[in-house]
Amino acid sequence: MTSFLLAMTFFVVVMVAVGLFCVLRGASNADRMMAVQLFGTGGIAALLLAGVANGTEGVVEVVLTLSVLAAFAAVAFVKADESGAKDDDRPEQGP
Amino acid sequence: MRIAADIFTIVAILTGAFFFLAGTVGLLRFPDTLTRLHALTKADNLGLGLVVLGLLPQSSSVFGGLKMILVWLLVLLASATVSQLIARAARRGGPHP
Repeated sequence: MTSFLLAMTFFVVVMVAVGLFCVLRGASNADRMMAVQLFGTGGIAALLLAGVANGTEGVVEVVLTLSVLAAFAAVAFVKADESGAKDDDRPEQGP
Repeated sequence: MRIAADIFTIVAILTGAFFFLAGTVGLLRFPDTLTRLHALTKADNLGLGLVVLGLLPQSSSVFGGLKMILVWLLVLLASATVSQLIARAARRGGPHP
């Protein structure tokens, strides 16, 4: 069972690595942010799998912190992106 | 009983990993930013949810299992709001669809 969990951890980490490739190639900033979001969630899944495989109990706290940080990273990105286009918050006026 | 728990774990985690694969491939293959966002959040919530579901019978204490479910709920909440924010940023940043 443990080897299966570790194999799955490896698989998820590979998926995240492939997803992060999109950060290099990403068309717009939003795509890069999505790759980082996938990295956050993939990291959480991999950490959980590895933690349970090794039987360590403290990993769930680490994962809780990582999930909050991933959310903050995305909010920080949107805030940084938003400051550039301040007048865009009004609904669309037309072309 | 032990075998049933192991089989359930293997099946759930395999499906979760499959959704991660589908999400990542979707993130790379889809043409438009918003469709990629759709693929990504699917991988996030379903992939992670199934992995947590699969890990529940393996966790040593009930409290540990509850904490894992808490992690999943937090990620669900976070990724829901983050997807809205990213979609808004994508809509404003990129060419208006």
